[in-house]
Amino acid sequence: MSGGEILLENFLQALTAGLMVGTIYGVMCVGLGLIFGVMRVINFAQGDFLMLGMYASLYVIGGFGLMTTLGPYWAPYVGAVLAGPVLFIGGYLLHQHLISRVTGFRALGVENEGHYAQLILTLGVSLVLQNGGLIVFGSEPQAVKTPLSARAWEIGPFVGDNVSVFLNQARGYAGLAAIVIGVALYLFISRTRLGKSLRAAADNPNAAIYMGIDVDRAHRIAFALGTAITATAGGLVATSYPFQPYVGFDFVIIMYAGVVLGGMGSILGAFWGGLTIGMVQQMSTLVLSPQLQNAAIFVIFLLIVLIRPQGLFGRSVERT
Amino acid sequence: MGLLRDRSLIPIGLFAAAYLGIALVVQNSYYLLILTLVPIWAVMGLSWNVLSGYSGLISFGHASFFGLGAYTVTLAMVEFNITPWLGIPLGMVVGVVAAVLIGVPTFRLRGHYFALSMLAYPLALLYIFQWLGYQEVTQPMKRDNPAAFMQFHDDLRVYAVLALAMMVVVILVSLRVERSRFGMSLLAIKQNEAAAEAAGIDTLKWKMLALMLSGAIAAAAGGLYSVVQVLITPESVFGMLTSAQALIVTLFGGVGTVWGPVIGASVLIPLSEGLQAELGSKLPGIQGVVYGLAIIIIILVAPEGVFWKVRDRLVGRRGSVAAAQETVAVSSAPVGAVPHRVLPAPVGGRTILELTGVSKAFGGLKAVQDVSFAVEQGMILGIIGPNGAGKTTLFNLLNGFLKTDAGTVKFEGHDLIGLKTNRVCRLGIGRTFQVVRVFQRMTVLQNVIVGAYVAEADDARAALLACDALARVGLADHADALAGGLTNKQLRLLELARALAGQPKLLLLDETLAGLAHGEIDDLLEVIRGLRQDGITVVIIEHTMHAMVRLADRFLVLDHGRVLASGLPGDVVEDPNVVEAYLGKKWLARARH
Repeated sequence: MSGGEILLENFLQALTAGLMVGTIYGVMCVGLGLIFGVMRVINFAQGDFLMLGMYASLYVIGGFGLMTTLGPYWAPYVGAVLAGPVLFIGGYLLHQHLISRVTGFRALGVENEGHYAQLILTLGVSLVLQNGGLIVFGSEPQAVKTPLSARAWEIGPFVGDNVSVFLNQARGYAGLAAIVIGVALYLFISRTRLGKSLRAAADNPNAAIYMGIDVDRAHRIAFALGTAITATAGGLVATSYPFQPYVGFDFVIIMYAGVVLGGMGSILGAFWGGLTIGMVQQMSTLVLSPQLQNAAIFVIFLLIVLIRPQGLFGRSVERT
Repeated sequence: MGLLRDRSLIPIGLFAAAYLGIALVVQNSYYLLILTLVPIWAVMGLSWNVLSGYSGLISFGHASFFGLGAYTVTLAMVEFNITPWLGIPLGMVVGVVAAVLIGVPTFRLRGHYFALSMLAYPLALLYIFQWLGYQEVTQPMKRDNPAAFMQFHDDLRVYAVLALAMMVVVILVSLRVERSRFGMSLLAIKQNEAAAEAAGIDTLKWKMLALMLSGAIAAAAGGLYSVVQVLITPESVFGMLTSAQALIVTLFGGVGTVWGPVIGASVLIPLSEGLQAELGSKLPGIQGVVYGLAIIIIILVAPEGVFWKVRDRLVGRRGSVAAAQETVAVSSAPVGAVPHRVLPAPVGGRTILELTGVSKAFGGLKAVQDVSFAVEQGMILGIIGPNGAGKTTLFNLLNGFLKTDAGTVKFEGHDLIGLKTNRVCRLGIGRTFQVVRVFQRMTVLQNVIVGAYVAEADDARAALLACDALARVGLADHADALAGGLTNKQLRLLELARALAGQPKLLLLDETLAGLAHGEIDDLLEVIRGLRQDGITVVIIEHTMHAMVRLADRFLVLDHGRVLASGLPGDVVEDPNVVEAYLGKKWLARARH
């Protein structure tokens, strides 16, 4: 195999890995983008919702014996999807009892629009979830086991039988599931009445109020739904990524990078932002040490924010 | 230095003395460690407060400076045998440099974007330091001369005293900032950045200085932390929790006051360490849960922090910033001790402002097209035109909020194109806003003082200028009221006073009469006419013809970004083009009859 072929193979390998990881990141980011867009609240606990989604998926699969009823192929993905409703309820209650006290109307007129209180509240929630997770779930790394993670598809060979791409099946199916979920979300957001009103609220929260959208309700639904979507993405990640209660940290920056990249207020933009981050992360391994993978994400994130702060799909208008 | 005689220093002195007393008596090394960590985290919180508390730009990235300070001290000792006594100042220099490197790109961002971008720096540094192989670095023991290398592990009380001393110094520095134009400018930026810039505050300069100071302080905290802990890892100094800790102690204790971080650290650090020691082995994570719950509860009970809550209880209402106490004294001083700059009497004929071919497009929308006109010294020019005619855009081009696409603007021979807004103000152009932009949580006087800085380098004299400006618009009686509680008319007058305090030669008034009742309009017209008496040239935007006909010497009519007509008010209102633009063709026919 020539040097050029090795380079090509590595490139294609990183590209497919980036696509697979990226679609999952995309779904994660849609969850955060919904919350961030509609509420304009920096939610530090989003990474922990992801973590809860992983454990919810694990316990749903275990608790309902999905592995035996559905078989090892379907169970992890059904588990991930079921983690959604579980966390929807969690997010709904969390907003109702805590988050709503420092956001929306109650934040109006408070120092710095209540941002200080929101930050510390979500940091507090994050601390409780992580450390509560440590007590409840233990510190032992877990994984949603699927026989697929030991198998790979070989795509190719091309270029004189020398170049082929190996795609881990667990990642591949998770990526496909993410695409299905992504399309479903797209249809929901662009076709349904609720989806449209959420999109409107994210695009311009103030105008949405004037149009008669019930802000508290919109916030609660956005928060619960955003939590559920991110949790589902967590369930998908769990099939190929060992996790423990502190796993949220690994993803929270990725999510914010994706959302800002897509443009704050653009829910669908968040998906493309997440996908881009996934691609950048995987492609960076071609030129950088894997240790610098995440540093590369941050550098790209900073560059894009500085060059185009409104993100790829956002817009910024300020009147004087 | 007035600071030394300041009564507000007494509680700080008492606190420090009590703390010192406790630190010297305690023998238990574990308690001494906590007594050392409390001031270190308080300093970290104070550092965060200097930037985020005063200017409102929330930073999630203060671990960058903390970590760089810690690594500078440690690596200087490991690699070059440099003592931390020098290493900590060196780390502070590194902190300042990092602040500049971070600030230059990041200050282009606002709000959430700024906050999130700041988050990326320490995490990128974390991975870079891991990659560089500094996973775990230990400061070597210097047994022959420990004191020279700041090693007091035999008598940990020394560390507690050092940390306390650092905290006291940082508190004093913070107070200096709070009470100078530095702090006032940051507060103004926090309340309304565009208004601060338009009032002549060089917002970028002050934000940068705040970040540099903040970076130096955080680096010092990190340096001392590394000396106390001996061993550091990228996670322990650059990690998310380090940034979060700075934010948590400050928000818990109270933002925008030196007491906030001190209270926060004094309560939370012992709580967290104590829980860790008591329960950490039996129930790992319980300390995080209790800590998390503690901050959740406090934020629900006192969203602005413990200090302000207690203060509200004691004082009755939320007092304004410390600077208020000083300025209140000034406000009772005889008005006019520093007379405002007397400009030459209106002579007419001399052109003060000249626009030639000014254009601006937003994408396909041509907001201002090829606008040319001149303003003569001492005149009142009324710019009228329907909604969306480009009037406010024109002002935004004049005062540097927007960049012109084409054309030139000359003000007393200076080219205004490309100047930053605060420079434009510095040249002598003040402005008010269509939607009032005051600093809500500052007093009326403080609002105006911010506007006076541009004209006066001395803070006390700036306060006198502000009093004078307030007297001119008739708001002197409300000097100590919070701006947030004013009526619409008072807000308009306040904006006017703020612009006047900068001793402008030209005032740009954007719909100053909007939303006022008839009688109120008359009052304002009187004030504006008075300005002309003082030789100030005025350009005023207005929708309504009624008031304008009584005020302006000349009219300029804009429609769809173009100059439709200009000249004497009487002529302009008769102009058929103007009538059509205002009322439509149908009315044009009737107007002729």
